[in-house]
Amino acid sequence: MASPAPIARARRRRAPSLSLRARRRAAANQRAGGSGGSRRAAGAAMEDVCAKFVSQKISKTRWRPLPAAALQPPDLFATGSWDNEDNRISIWSVGDLGNVGLNGEYQGEPHLLCDIRHNGDVMDMQFLDQERIVVASSTGTVTVFRHHQNNQTLSANQRWEKAHYHVDQDTSCGGAACTGVICNNPEIVTVGEDGRINLFRADQKDAVRTIDNADSSTLHAVTFLRTTEILTVNSIGQLKIWDLRQQRNELSQIFSLTGDRVPLHCVDRHPNQQHVVATGGQDGMLSVWDIRQGTMPVSLLNAHEAEMWEVHFHPSNPDHLFTCSEDGSLWHWDTSTDVAEKPSFLHQGGRSTTYFSHNTINQSVVSAWLSNDPTKDRMEITNLIPNQTLSVNSLDILGPCLVYGTDAEAIYVNRQLFA
Amino acid sequence: MEELDAEPPLMVVPGADPTARQLCFAWGPAEVLVCETLFGRRGAGEGGPSSSRVFVVRKDQDIYIQTLRKLFNESHGIFIGLQRSEEELAGKSRRAQLVQVSKNYRSVIRACMEDMHQAAVSTRDPALHSQYSTQVSILSAMELIWNLCEILFVEAAAAGPLLLRLLDWVRLHVCDVDNMVREVLSSENPSKHELFWNAVDVFVLQGRMDEARHLLAKEASANPTSVNMYKILDDLMKKMPVPSLGNTQTLTEMELKWQHWHEECQRYLQDGTFASNSHMESICKILLGDEDAILEKKELMTTWYQFLVTRLLYSHPTVKPMELRFYAQSSMDLFLGGESSPEPLDTILMAAFEFEMHQVIKECSIALSNWWFVAHLTDLLDHCKLLQSHNLYFGSNMREFLLLEYASGLFSHHSLWQLGVDYFDHCPEYGRVYLELHIERIPLNTEQKALKVLRICEQRQMHEQVRSICKIMAMKALRNNRLGSALSWSIRAKDAAFATLISDRFLKDYCERGCFSDLDLIDNLGPSMLLSDRLTFLGKYREFHRLYGEKRFSEAAKLLLMLMTAHIAPCSFWMTLLTDALPLLEQKEVIFSAEQTYELMRCLEDLTAGKSDKQKFQDDDVETMKVEMLRLALARNLARVIVKEGTLEGS
Repeated sequence: MASPAPIARARRRRAPSLSLRARRRAAANQRAGGSGGSRRAAGAAMEDVCAKFVSQKISKTRWRPLPAAALQPPDLFATGSWDNEDNRISIWSVGDLGNVGLNGEYQGEPHLLCDIRHNGDVMDMQFLDQERIVVASSTGTVTVFRHHQNNQTLSANQRWEKAHYHVDQDTSCGGAACTGVICNNPEIVTVGEDGRINLFRADQKDAVRTIDNADSSTLHAVTFLRTTEILTVNSIGQLKIWDLRQQRNELSQIFSLTGDRVPLHCVDRHPNQQHVVATGGQDGMLSVWDIRQGTMPVSLLNAHEAEMWEVHFHPSNPDHLFTCSEDGSLWHWDTSTDVAEKPSFLHQGGRSTTYFSHNTINQSVVSAWLSNDPTKDRMEITNLIPNQTLSVNSLDILGPCLVYGTDAEAIYVNRQLFA
Repeated sequence: MEELDAEPPLMVVPGADPTARQLCFAWGPAEVLVCETLFGRRGAGEGGPSSSRVFVVRKDQDIYIQTLRKLFNESHGIFIGLQRSEEELAGKSRRAQLVQVSKNYRSVIRACMEDMHQAAVSTRDPALHSQYSTQVSILSAMELIWNLCEILFVEAAAAGPLLLRLLDWVRLHVCDVDNMVREVLSSENPSKHELFWNAVDVFVLQGRMDEARHLLAKEASANPTSVNMYKILDDLMKKMPVPSLGNTQTLTEMELKWQHWHEECQRYLQDGTFASNSHMESICKILLGDEDAILEKKELMTTWYQFLVTRLLYSHPTVKPMELRFYAQSSMDLFLGGESSPEPLDTILMAAFEFEMHQVIKECSIALSNWWFVAHLTDLLDHCKLLQSHNLYFGSNMREFLLLEYASGLFSHHSLWQLGVDYFDHCPEYGRVYLELHIERIPLNTEQKALKVLRICEQRQMHEQVRSICKIMAMKALRNNRLGSALSWSIRAKDAAFATLISDRFLKDYCERGCFSDLDLIDNLGPSMLLSDRLTFLGKYREFHRLYGEKRFSEAAKLLLMLMTAHIAPCSFWMTLLTDALPLLEQKEVIFSAEQTYELMRCLEDLTAGKSDKQKFQDDDVETMKVEMLRLALARNLARVIVKEGTLEGS
């Protein structure tokens, strides 16, 4: 038995640095105009966070990816709902759109561009490219929706009925929830409650590859490790690597939390250092894995009080990590703070420091996420939601923008994350 | 039986015909099931086939209105905040906190109202439009009532500030006139507009002196001849004393000033200063609080409560909260003048002016079609410690009763049930029981939803419900042939019996197919293996196969023997285990020691002796052959091991 990974008790909850001043109400001072009024308490300056109540529980929020050379912050995002009689995929704009401010909505409040019905709960959602969104449904169906930007409509572009199913695929209720989807245009990988892994191509009608019984329990999430390798997490606390090049349907490696079999709900890979992987579990614990070595996490960080639903490295600033949870909190993990303490390479001349500079180069290669020295106060952790109530089901970050959706039927947009 | 407060409303079930068939019903938690029966109508039975329809009649209709979901969700956050807020804050700061909470509730109502208004404007369907418009007026009435309750109960404004608050209240809610004023002001020459004097009157009636003076100044500049008259009126309006919000002046000081000002107005009226202009004369009369003069402007006030506030402003500016009831009653009588009878909204407001809190809540419960309003208002008033004395003869108290009703409504909704949980949490007496009953009835269509429900139960130590949910999920998985999933769920529920059942399925599958499925699970059972004996056996047996596969024969042999001698393996499985021992016995090198071989032999004999002769006779040839082969192998192994052990000792 190898010794268990050290548990760095990172319970260092700082006082929330961002206050959620969304929708500051000033009812009493407000002189209503017109019957029923159409003016909201304006006067609030640029807010940190904009909230919008949307009358449906939000299960997923995703920014539309930016074109390669774009300099502007993202302005469009998609949401999916769950547990409704009719669930919807919606596209929202937070752009300035000729200053909507005229009719009272202050700048930056998300506003609905278009939406479309979706059969079943939206379990996962990914943008395939600028226009297409892949949506996983609780009915087992995987659908590609196209967003037509010229006339702002959504339409179903491609559909794989019952991509995930239980024993009897023919009956009407045979579908098994598709729990996770990941895209690497044109490839789409989906996983489901049936323990199946599907590989689709956006332009092909049938699955390119299906691994039946890939997992004996429920697969909760999937991500690409490399272009040909995928990572899955399941409900008995295992992290598995699959090599899609191999024709035999066997996994290449299995990683596991020690003993407890705590289900893992989400997984994300470090954007630059492909061996660094973060997962979030049912107990709210954040685990960081180095898949080059060992079969156990490098560090376990005590985090949320309930299921961690999503974990995301910042795509361009991977010293920052974001997690959200069933307990209604959203945490910002920042390991960039100790950069200043590190000696800078630029100022290191002279012979006497040669040895040290060599050392620091080595150190900088080791990701901040893998150093698990609990004595060092390396990580800055901030809870971005002070008055938490219901679950934060999903979050997405792109550039300086954060969007998240909750079971309290609200979506929140923060456009100055690092301000 | 207590007398009914109001006639119960009649609800028509569309599609059901009570004249043709009798209806029967069954109560649900928040819904009623209605179906047609043949009971009591003998003749009808032979007629057409009985209807096979079942109707679901919902009690709390408003829960299903899409736009109102914003109201429910946003107010949920405020409600939770209020429950968490510290009680320690004493006196003033606590009061300010509660007023702020009340304002937050109101702004949520208002935001919802605006959304609904937008929806009404943008829809083209006339039916929808009228539906939205009705909702807007209901919401606006709710806000009106809430605001008044906030002034009178939550803030409990004292004489002086009370009037200012009431003025704000009227200005906020009487907004038809604003359009008229805007029209006048936007015209080319406001003073020549036909509604000019109406606009001035409106401002005066609402106590908006500065705006009224501003308008008058326009008129004055157009009439240089009577500029003096305008100046006097302007001066009077400027000098009118108003109660201050701070403590800068005492009530008596204010009353003295006011008396003085009143006399001055009186003087100007009596010496006929304004006699040449009827409009200005009537304004002066209004300033003096002349009821007839004010009543003449009935059209501009639209409601009796605006009349009340105007009347108070110009005749009793330092009205005390407890005196309100007299003025309110007489104002209503004067204003309605016996022409029309008071509507529900009027009676509710009247009850509020009379400080009859319970009456307000009761009337609201009857008049409004949702529980949201009364539940939240009652909760707020309860936090103001205003409802302590009142106990119901059923349930615990009014706050809890209303919260339970509201939350039950939420639970009947397919999506809003999550909100209901927190409301039940804050009902100390019956909340838990309600939650237990409701939470079990939530349909679990995905594992993720099940996990959410499970988390709710686990946080509240509802073990019974946790077990039941896990069992449901395990059964579902089993039905779908997902043994691994099923086992995971039963391990989570610590359900030993079910784990045994699934382990048996695994073993059966193994016997049929000769290989294990779901190795990733069985190989990683860990401590959870100890949940049931059968599961332990399954785990250990799989370990035997792994050891064998890795060619660690002696360890495998030891484990195999242990499974039988320690009675971990079920007897029915012994034959399989002994057969598994065969290849080990036939290996080139000797694996089982003499002692172990004796043990194996005893196991075999135990197994065969246990069976009666009759059974033996029935056993097919394969079985007997197996036993014979085993005996042979054991005997040969014994021979080899005796030789080996003998030589080892000898050498």
